[in-house]
Amino acid sequence: MTGALGIYNYWIYVVLMMIGLYGVIAKPNLIKQAIALGLFQTGIFLYYISMAVIDGGTAPVWTTILDGAQKYEGPYDNPLPHVLILTAIVVSVSVLAVALALIINIKRTYGTIEYDEIEAMDQADKRADYQRGQVTDAADDVEHKLEGHHHA
Amino acid sequence: MIHFDVSPQLLALYIPLLGALLISLAGRWPNLRELVTLLTAGVLLYVVAGMAPAVLADGFWASFAKAPGLKLAEVLPGVWLELKVEPLGMLFALIASSLWILNSIYSIGYMRGNHEKNQTRFYVCFALAIASVMGLAFAGNLFTLFVFYEALTLTTYPLVAHKGSAEAIRSARTYLGILVVTSVCFLLAGIIGTYVFTGGDMTFRPGGVFRRALADGSLTAPTLGILFVLYMYGIGKAALMPVHRWLPAAMVAPTPVSALLHAVAVVKAGVFTVLKVIVYVFGPAVLVRYGVGDWLIYVAGATILIASCIALFQDNLKRRLAYSTVSQLSYVIIAAALLSPLSITAAALHIAAHAFGKITLFFAAGSIYTAAHKTEISQLDGIGRRMPITMAAFTIGSLSMIGLPPTAGFVSKWYLLQATWETDAPFVLVVVILSTLLNAAYFLPIVYRAFFVAEAKPHHEPHQSSADGNFGDHGDHHGHDAHDHGEAPWPVVVALSCTALATIVFFFYSDLAIGLANQLRSGLP
Amino acid sequence: MLDAFEIVPNLPVLVVTTPLIGGILTIAMGRGKGPWAWATLITGVVFYFTVLLMQQVLAAKTGFISYELGNWPRQWGIEYRVDALNAFILLTVAGVGFVTTLYAQKSVEKEIPQDRHNFFYAVWVLAICGLLGITVTGDAFNVYVLLEISSLTVYALIAMGKDMNRQALTASLRYLILGSVGASFILLGIGYLMMVTGTLNMEDMHDRLAALPDIVHHRTVLVAFAFLLCGLGLKMALFPLHMWLPKAYTYAPSAVSALLSATATKVGIYMAFRFLFTIFGVGFSFVAMPANLVLSVAACAGILVTGVTAVRQTNLKRMLAYSSVGQLGYIVAGFSLANVHGVAGSVVHIFNHAVMKGGMFMAAGAIMYRLGRCDLRSIRGLGKRMPLTMAAFVAGGLGLVGFPLTAGFISKWYLVQGALEAPHMWPVAAVVLVGSLLAVAYTWRVVEAAYFQEPEGESALVTEAPLSMVAPMWILIGASVYFGVSATFTGEISMRAAKSLLGGAP
Repeated sequence: MTGALGIYNYWIYVVLMMIGLYGVIAKPNLIKQAIALGLFQTGIFLYYISMAVIDGGTAPVWTTILDGAQKYEGPYDNPLPHVLILTAIVVSVSVLAVALALIINIKRTYGTIEYDEIEAMDQADKRADYQRGQVTDAADDVEHKLEGHHHA
Repeated sequence: MIHFDVSPQLLALYIPLLGALLISLAGRWPNLRELVTLLTAGVLLYVVAGMAPAVLADGFWASFAKAPGLKLAEVLPGVWLELKVEPLGMLFALIASSLWILNSIYSIGYMRGNHEKNQTRFYVCFALAIASVMGLAFAGNLFTLFVFYEALTLTTYPLVAHKGSAEAIRSARTYLGILVVTSVCFLLAGIIGTYVFTGGDMTFRPGGVFRRALADGSLTAPTLGILFVLYMYGIGKAALMPVHRWLPAAMVAPTPVSALLHAVAVVKAGVFTVLKVIVYVFGPAVLVRYGVGDWLIYVAGATILIASCIALFQDNLKRRLAYSTVSQLSYVIIAAALLSPLSITAAALHIAAHAFGKITLFFAAGSIYTAAHKTEISQLDGIGRRMPITMAAFTIGSLSMIGLPPTAGFVSKWYLLQATWETDAPFVLVVVILSTLLNAAYFLPIVYRAFFVAEAKPHHEPHQSSADGNFGDHGDHHGHDAHDHGEAPWPVVVALSCTALATIVFFFYSDLAIGLANQLRSGLP
Repeated sequence: MLDAFEIVPNLPVLVVTTPLIGGILTIAMGRGKGPWAWATLITGVVFYFTVLLMQQVLAAKTGFISYELGNWPRQWGIEYRVDALNAFILLTVAGVGFVTTLYAQKSVEKEIPQDRHNFFYAVWVLAICGLLGITVTGDAFNVYVLLEISSLTVYALIAMGKDMNRQALTASLRYLILGSVGASFILLGIGYLMMVTGTLNMEDMHDRLAALPDIVHHRTVLVAFAFLLCGLGLKMALFPLHMWLPKAYTYAPSAVSALLSATATKVGIYMAFRFLFTIFGVGFSFVAMPANLVLSVAACAGILVTGVTAVRQTNLKRMLAYSSVGQLGYIVAGFSLANVHGVAGSVVHIFNHAVMKGGMFMAAGAIMYRLGRCDLRSIRGLGKRMPLTMAAFVAGGLGLVGFPLTAGFISKWYLVQGALEAPHMWPVAAVVLVGSLLAVAYTWRVVEAAYFQEPEGESALVTEAPLSMVAPMWILIGASVYFGVSATFTGEISMRAAKSLLGGAP
């Protein structure tokens, strides 16, 4: 198999990643965002695994040790990306765990997991915070007190 | 390692710093605090004056070239904080330190007479500002000059904003804004540009630092011109139009600040820096050869005339004085821009001569405010009879501004006119003559009004509070009505009499200043 | 092997393993002051290690120290490689980390419930561990793993601010999502690089990339470059990818804001140094690819836009957060010049900004500690009530402005010098200078409120913050002044780092 179709697994990884990215950007539901993030990262895992494959290669297992029979001399798939991706999977799971923990806390304090509703509440908080902290410009503050006898 | 053998220029920097520390410690006891201020000022003058003979000595320039500067700290690899004494800085330091004593005496009368708040902060910042001035005067390279230039801006900001009123804060913003914008955007850019083009050479030396770069072609005339513009507009303290607006804004400060800082120390720091850059960074010969400084004469000339015209229409006394300062500063710049040895002498002398006259005028304005709570010129009818000493001093100051003998202003104007003939610069001559007329037109009416117009009948209308404007309730603290006043408190009167006297003495005995100015001239290659 | 138990030969790895193990043990330190004391001990020891490491690097003849983990040759194993650049950044991160840990005690007591202190400090130490790890390693994939360790812990630290303000949660989640996307881009970029070079070691990657015949048209390399640039931009909060930062810094616990502003984004920039200079090399990143144009335009826009935004803020922490994005712009603008002084300015500003902004966030935290808020209204007249705190804030602010004799001036000097030396890059110099004017504007709003206005309400009654907060604050601010007056050490180190970055890897 040659051409663009010959590397179909790379296409799959791109499609998965884009679905994930779309979800992260477009979905207002926080849980859906977390799922999309997972999908996005899974795409990358597939890419790494695909990268390791060698035409006609087999699993990089040291068969002599297993059965004492003759040694397989053919090509092995590159084991390094597999190892890397094992680590990356752990990382991704942890990210998901932290994200879910945050979402649970958000549900408790805001009462919703819809991003736009939360954003509206946050904006209201922020506005109130801004107004409370605002000093009328130092110079304008006492302006009215001076009016009248400012210009002698 | 501690050096016990401290050199005087370092002492001149440390004494006011130490003074600031002691003043803040003595803050609780006003009399002690003021005593510390006066003592510090006295010791400082003693130290600074002690340095003068060495600078005036015959072989000064020969040793100057060889002697290394006093290195304080290596800020960047190869960039030192460095002090080095030369005649111009010597002159500037002498003026600032001698007037600081008189100004401190004056401040005592003024600040107490007006019941100002936060007096300790005032005296501390004042001492810090003087320390910055000393550092500026003795700066050995451009970098050091810039450090103290910015320090002076920062230490004077609290003095301008001192009252904390809306107007004070707004004016202080203008003050800081213009000074920082110009120094950061233009001056610093110019300095770093100099550093880049000269390959790291920023030391002040007669003849300038650009010769090698110009000779080997790495610096071209247009770039030199851009650098010159960056410097001239970067030194916002020189109040070259259109970056002069901070100076009238700074008049919101208590009068001692306007008197010493915004008639002498800060503004003089500006023109002093201009002179220093022209003489020691570019070198008059280089500027003449490449012709990149010619525009400065016209800008300075325009500043002189426009500022004088604006002054003519100011009713607020301090604002009129401020615009007069703007125009007088450009005298120094125009003299420097003529680029002849004689005109450089005139510029240096004018820094000194203008100082005595203008501080007298400000002292008088503050004296009037303290005694009578009057800030506008239109209120000054007949005030000369109530405050004869103040107004006599004011008259002497005015004469000095116009440049009539026997006052200090005449000396420098004489040199300037000589320089105009020498360099054949009719434009400058016209500017000087016109501005002399304008000076007379905005100062003499005040004198006339004070002595020859009868005082208006006292009306008992709520006029009093309006005269005070935002200065609040101070009028109530005085047991007497403003129409029933005499002279200001004695420290105020003593101080302004001294400066008025000094204005006249300078006319007869200006050997020291002329000596230093001539020394500067003899160093020009 | 004997030297397995000696400290000095194993310093590069001890810098990471000490906080890694120490951080986990923190959980077991009880509920009182134990966790804090333990965290202080660990960060102190790590700081000491980084000082030793710096000495080693300065003494090393080659200019760098290479450490192979488990004695595996670098083709297979992980190599830790320390040169002047990362020794300096390690010192900065560990130093600021130690000082902020000292500071954290009171602030955390006030802002985080008692029963979570042990977790807080555990995560805190692990975050420092991750940041140090990214800085010390010479292995591209190891960077990603440690990046995620630091990111995950930082998300948790930010979310701990939820008891002061619930927005900490949304800020943290937003950072988590954007941060993970950024990290995934970096992972992808590393993958493509590995595909081309077959190695993960940075030095080897550089060598093999350099050996490629037509690298400019090598599509895999180009894709890797693009992914890395995006990912790094997100991680170092390069304008306009900075959206997560202001909210995160505003609502994080005060001590966390101080730590993050001083270290987290700085390490992001360090990664950019490694990828753009060490792996791709100046010739590819800045000559063949228009990275300098992209980066300097983004940085300059960032300096101006966030500067203006900072001036409009009332909350001090938010003001500082926007200012941080602007200051990161200085750093990026510096290295995008790709000449010695520009890069040196950028390296030295990493340190200078860390101490200044760290000190300022501490001051804001001290105000929070006393007043429970830190906005322009509540700090009115505070110059008299909390003189040391406000003086620290103003001194830091002057540093941001770049007044002479503050650390900020040194950075500005190098940056402007670099911009004037690079051909046609003088607008960068102009932006750097205009940016410092914006810093004057926002610093001065604080000065006016604190010193020239009368206090109102409860702020008239407060007293100075406790010594355990003021002292660390002044250590950082003092450092920013010291290294402004005498910047020979920081200047020389950063010049050395810049030269080695630009000279390409050996």
